[in-house]
Formats: sequence, C-alpha cells, structure tokens
Amino acid sequence: MSKILDVTRELIVIKAQGLTFTYSGSKKPAIENLNLEVEEGEFIVITGPSGCGKTTFARCLNALIPSFYRGEMKGSISVLGIDISKSTTSQLSKYVGFVFQNPENQLFSLSVERDVAFGPENLGLPREEVRRRVEWAMKVTGITHLRHAAPYELSGGQQQRVAIASVLAMKPKIIVLDEPTSFLDPLSAHQIVETVSNLRREMEITIILIEHRLDLASRYADRVIIMDRGRIILEGPPSKVYGEHAEAIGVGIPKISLLFNLLKRDGYDLGCTPVTLEEATQTIRRRILDDRS
Amino acid sequence: MSLKLFEGFRFTGKPTPIHRMDPRPKLLIASSIFLLSIIFTNIIVLLILLIGQLPLIYLAKSLRRWSNSLRGGAVLATLIFIMNFLTGSTLTFSLSMTLRFLVLISAFSLFFLTTSPDDLGLVLEKLHLPYTLSFTFTTAVRLVPTVALEAQTIVDAQRSRGLELDRGNIIERLRRHIPILIPLIVSAIRRSTELAEALESRAFGSCENRESLITLHMKLTDYFVVIATIIILLIGIFVRFWVPLPSLDENIRLPSIWG
Amino acid sequence: MIEVKNLHFSYDGNEVLHNVSITIHDGEFIAIMGENGAGKTTLIKHFNGLLKPSKGEVLIDGVSTREETVASLSRKVGLVFQNPDHQLFSETVFQEVAFSMRNYGYPEETIRRRVKFILETLDLSSYADTSPFMLSGGERKRVALASILVSDPKHIVLDEPTIGQDHQQKEKLKNFIVQMNTQGRTVVIVTHDVEFVVECRPKVILLSKGSILAEGPYDEILSDEDLVRRASLIPPQIGLLMSSLKDLGFNPAILDVYQAKSAIERRLLSNVSKTL
Repeated sequence: MSKILDVTRELIVIKAQGLTFTYSGSKKPAIENLNLEVEEGEFIVITGPSGCGKTTFARCLNALIPSFYRGEMKGSISVLGIDISKSTTSQLSKYVGFVFQNPENQLFSLSVERDVAFGPENLGLPREEVRRRVEWAMKVTGITHLRHAAPYELSGGQQQRVAIASVLAMKPKIIVLDEPTSFLDPLSAHQIVETVSNLRREMEITIILIEHRLDLASRYADRVIIMDRGRIILEGPPSKVYGEHAEAIGVGIPKISLLFNLLKRDGYDLGCTPVTLEEATQTIRRRILDDRS
Repeated sequence: MSLKLFEGFRFTGKPTPIHRMDPRPKLLIASSIFLLSIIFTNIIVLLILLIGQLPLIYLAKSLRRWSNSLRGGAVLATLIFIMNFLTGSTLTFSLSMTLRFLVLISAFSLFFLTTSPDDLGLVLEKLHLPYTLSFTFTTAVRLVPTVALEAQTIVDAQRSRGLELDRGNIIERLRRHIPILIPLIVSAIRRSTELAEALESRAFGSCENRESLITLHMKLTDYFVVIATIIILLIGIFVRFWVPLPSLDENIRLPSIWG
Repeated sequence: MIEVKNLHFSYDGNEVLHNVSITIHDGEFIAIMGENGAGKTTLIKHFNGLLKPSKGEVLIDGVSTREETVASLSRKVGLVFQNPDHQLFSETVFQEVAFSMRNYGYPEETIRRRVKFILETLDLSSYADTSPFMLSGGERKRVALASILVSDPKHIVLDEPTIGQDHQQKEKLKNFIVQMNTQGRTVVIVTHDVEFVVECRPKVILLSKGSILAEGPYDEILSDEDLVRRASLIPPQIGLLMSSLKDLGFNPAILDVYQAKSAIERRLLSNVSKTL
C-alpha cells in the first residue's frame, strides 16, 4: 500500500540510532546497532525468526526497556522526541500503546467497560472524559455490545479487541502490537489486523506490528522490516523485501510471493513480487493472456 | 473436592435483584449473619440462620453453586464436629459448632457469588484504602477461576504422562502433586509479570487521585435492606441477652477421658 | 485403531460434542481442524481417557476408554498439550523427559537409553543437564514433545503444535511429524493452521460447533472454499489463487506452491508453443 500524501507525513515519530541493548545477565546483545526512522502514520511490520530481537525492539518503544527490563543500552532511541533511556513506561503510556501476545494476561477486570476505562482513569482524567473515551474506543473496535461481559469469558479475538480498545482509550499516537494474533484462529487474526489497519487509516496512528503471519499483514504494510540475530537485515515495501534473501533468513513470506520467486528462479520473471492475492491474480492473468496475443 | 469449593465463591454475573444490590448492604448482611452466628450457640437459632439464607440464595439463582461451597466445607465441618465431641462437648453443642461454621461459609458464599470483585474493590476504595492495595485484592480474587482452570489443564497434561494422583499413602500423594504445583507456580509468576507489563503500559499507579468510571450508588431498595438488616441484627442481640430460649436439654457426651 | 462411535459430550449443561463418529486406522495421518471452540481439544481428550463420553463410546485398539485408566491409555496414545509450560517441573531436561517412563515403571536402564535417543532425535542432547526453565520457547516445546515420544506410543496426538512457532520451526516440525507417520505411527494433529496442513498432506476432519462438517483428503477439503469458510477457517492462499484463475483452465484443487508453479510454467510454455 503506497503512501498517498508524502508531504503531510514528514514528522519522524520514532528515531533509533545505533541502538544496542543487552539484557542484564546476558552476554550477547539482543539488538545490535539498529538504525531506523518511522514517519507519522506509517504501518510498519517487523518480522524475523524467533530470537531475532523484534520483541526487544518493541519494548524500547514504550520504555519497558529500560524501566521494566534492566540491561545495558547503547546508542539512542527517541519516540515523539522523548529520549527513551531517560523515561519510564508510565510517561510513555500517553503516547505509545502496547498490545501483548497473550490476550488473557493483559486484561484483568470483570467487565470489558472497566478494563477499557482503566488506562484513562490512571491518567487522572475526569469521569465524563473517561466515559467519552471508553464509548469511543469500544465503538471503533466494535465491542460496545460486550461492555458488561467478563473479559476472561470472551474468545481470543474478542479479548484482543478489548486490549486494543483499552489502549486506544488513552489516545496514543503510536500503537505497538507484539504478535497479537499468535493465539488466534485465522478468521479472528484477520479481523484484528483489519481493525488495526482501520485505526491507522482513520486516526493517523502509527502502527508497529510484530507478526509472523505475513500473508495477513502484508497488504496493509507500508514497510516490512526483517530482523535476524539482533540486526535489521532488510527493510522496505513488502514487494521489495520478499525476495530470495528473505527466504534464506527463514521468514515465512506469503505463498504467492514465494510462488513468483520460484517462477523467477526458473526463468519466468513476471515482473513483480505480489503481496496481495489480487495483484498475483492480475499479474498472472495478464501475462498468460498477453502471451497469447 | 477442592475445586468444587472454589465454585461456591466465584462471582457470576446474573440479572437478579441480589446481584444488582449495592455491595455495601450485601456486606452488611453477611457480616450481620456472621455476628449473630457467633453470639448464639443455640442450635435452633443457628439452624434458622442457615435456612433463612435459602430464600436469598434462591432469589440470586445460585442454589447449585452455593451448595458447592457447603459440600466443599463438609470435610472441615465434620472435623469440627469430631473435635468438639471428642473433647467432651455434648452432641447438641458439637452440632451447633458445626452449624455455626456452615452458616459462616454460607453467608460469605452468598456474598461472593453475588458481588463482583470490581465492586468489592470500589467498596475498599470508599473505605479509603489506597488504590494499589484494593486493586491487588480484586485482581487476586478475579484470578482465582483462571488459576483453577489452569490447575485442571496441568493435571490433564501430567496425567497424560502417566501420573496417577490418587495412589499411595498421604505422603506419597503429596509428593505426586509436585508436578502440578511447580508448573502452577511458574505460570503464576509468568502471568504476574505479563500483567505487570500490561498495567505499566497503561500508566498504573501514576496518579494519586484517580476517578473511577463506575461508582457505587445506593438505591432506595438498598437503603431498605440496610435498615431491615440492622433491625434484625438488633432484635437478634436483644433476644440473645434478654430472652430465654428453649434448648434441647440433653447430656449426650463422651465419657470424660480428659478428667 | 481409534474409534469414536456416536460420541456426545456435555459440560456444565452445554453439549460440546454432538454425535461425533470417526475411525482412525493405525498409521493414518489426520488433521482435525476447525475454529477455536469447535470442540477439537475436547474431542482429543477422549482419546486418552481424560474425558469420558456422556453418550456413545471411544475405543482405543478395541477397548473402551471407560474401562481403562488414563495412565494406561497414555501408554498407547501420547497426547502433547499446547502449552509446554503446563508440564515442565523437573530440575533437568533429562528428568523431565524420563518422567513418563518412570510413571509407567520401566527399568532405569531402558529409560536412560530411550531418553538419550529421543533427545538426540529432537536435537536436545546438549541440554540434557540443563534446567528446562532456562530454554527458549521453541526448545521448551521440543522438550514437551520429547517427554511424550520417549515411551514410543503407537498413536500420537498433538494439540495446536504450530502456535507461537516461527517459519523455520514449523518446517522442522512438519518434517518431524511426517517422519513419525512414515515410521508407522498414527499421527493426529489438531490445528487451524491451513498452510501447515497443506504441507503435511494428511486426511482432514473438519469440526464446527461440536459436529463433523466434512472429512476427506486435505486437497479435497481445503479447496472447497465454502466448506472452509463455514468452519471459520481461511482457505490456503495458493488455492484461492488457482480458484480465481479457474477460467483460464487452472485446477482450483491445487494448494501447494510447487504444484502451482509447475502448472503456471506448463501453461506459459504451451502458450509459447502455440504461438510458434
């Protein structure tokens, strides 16, 4: 998906320079020499084999590193101009929302409404403002009808939507999601990624999505970042990044992208690496019909 | 037995007048029953206290779950009876002590079945307990069913590796529960860490004067319940100290070994 | 052989499984698929007796599960749970893996031999004296797998083995599972990972809301888009691609990326030859 209005999206919201972090007690850095700039409103997908450092990087975005996870940080990372190394998660929570992998362990209340209200309550907002935000967040994520339900009785997909709503109620500028679809079935996973993409589109929220399920996430991504062993190896629009190198690293690129790579290696270069089904279908159709004429 | 006991205290949201009641009058009811059961040893009164809860439980549509709490407490109740009887008390007295225990379990079972831990937290806040403390309490209560479910999954997983929990003497059985206990504890630690991360990320503890979205409101019916309960409590106290009650005058007891 | 005959199972007043009948022959490779809550985990818990039928019966190698203990059924049916952290409790990986065989009463020498063997097979030998809690998520999953396979059960059932695994881990898992089946063991996987199933090529049983929707070879079932969506799953990407190119003569039952590649190449070649 291409950036339509480049001019308006020049605000850099995340800037990492030479970012290196070693967890205390560990000998090797979990992330090493990361250099990255993210513009406001971008939809970034970060992927890579287990242990590549994607979660570590995500934790830096809302200061879980270094305030919750101790260790040695070198280089710099600033989010919305705030120096992470000198901040706490509480301070960042107004600007960066974090949705975790396990749907159940991030919700704690006995009603969805109260869980969503929790964040804004913690910000010390007056009751009417909290109410407004709760209604809005539930509407946007489509869970208003679940307001009195107990989160632990909901399905995984519903729970993740509650988690997103509870983060949204804090009106963050950036939302980070760490493998939010891991425990979900394919349909729920699809709905979550779609919900997140709608957020980005309607509210200009910057999205950082850590995912293995690239077949679901790629169509929405402005850029895909592939990490391996703590470093950024590839970065760019998905169609540029899902090549042989990505395969070699061991990333699960969408099957249609793999198909075109295989065809290209056999001498049938169809001219692009598709990221969506429609793109793949159109390209093949055109090639076959063109060939005939 | 143990997991059934939990079921008798786990909140389930139902649209009944008891559930809808403000938690404070409910706490007053439970505490009043508790108080009355302590000042009386008369077996008839204790029986009335126990049976008198039935209409409330029926209104709360929680008969089955309530009976779980009684069943779960049956072992302890029997123990109390035996302890009393063996140390020389009369049959009636021992039964009274047993009944007192059951009345207690029942009253608090009724309370916890119909009161959401969130509401409990709000009550604690009204009592000016620091927010972090009341939050810790309600989260612990809310996690009880989750932990119970997880314990069941762990039991299933270990039984699938040939673990037999109901063989051997007491000591062996305790040892056999180690493969259940350790994953449970590790899981609890992991869950707490994940929850803490999530709470930090939502600014938990960053504000001293937080306003809760949902607040407690006493309705007219709640005030009536409070008044009625206080009246019953006062009558009970009056009866205990100023009204002679019929008692079962028997002297069935064990021959005194203790002199 | 695992036989499920008219199985009904109710829990807490709800019927979770309605009239399920399945026969899994020795050495078969089966994938039980469906959305979360369809009853898949409930079904497989009947295979080793953790759950007993409310109505109907389940027979393992001819014996009803009502007549055997879970411990004894576990020797025939190895059930690998989804979350390895629900199992791990020992001081070393060796002890952890040896646990089941010690419960079954095998002699220590046999246990030592088999544990060593399974650790080698699953690439865990270097961790034999390590605490299982020190290992990474993927490694812990392998330890859990090893601890069930060590006693070499005839039938192996894996509940959602691909959850939380990255692409490479899934590749290795696929190869391992296929190998177990080739070696003669019955393998049943419960999963909603459609792409994984396409690579494993098992027979598929679709479960939805407690009843069987369909059963058959994986390519027949997964290329039926309507059926797949009714089970709240997403059809394989290649299948959707081939299906939308149906009018150009492509076979919509092609689900594998390599088969699709060959089909497209054949078509492009035949185009060239036509123009010549």
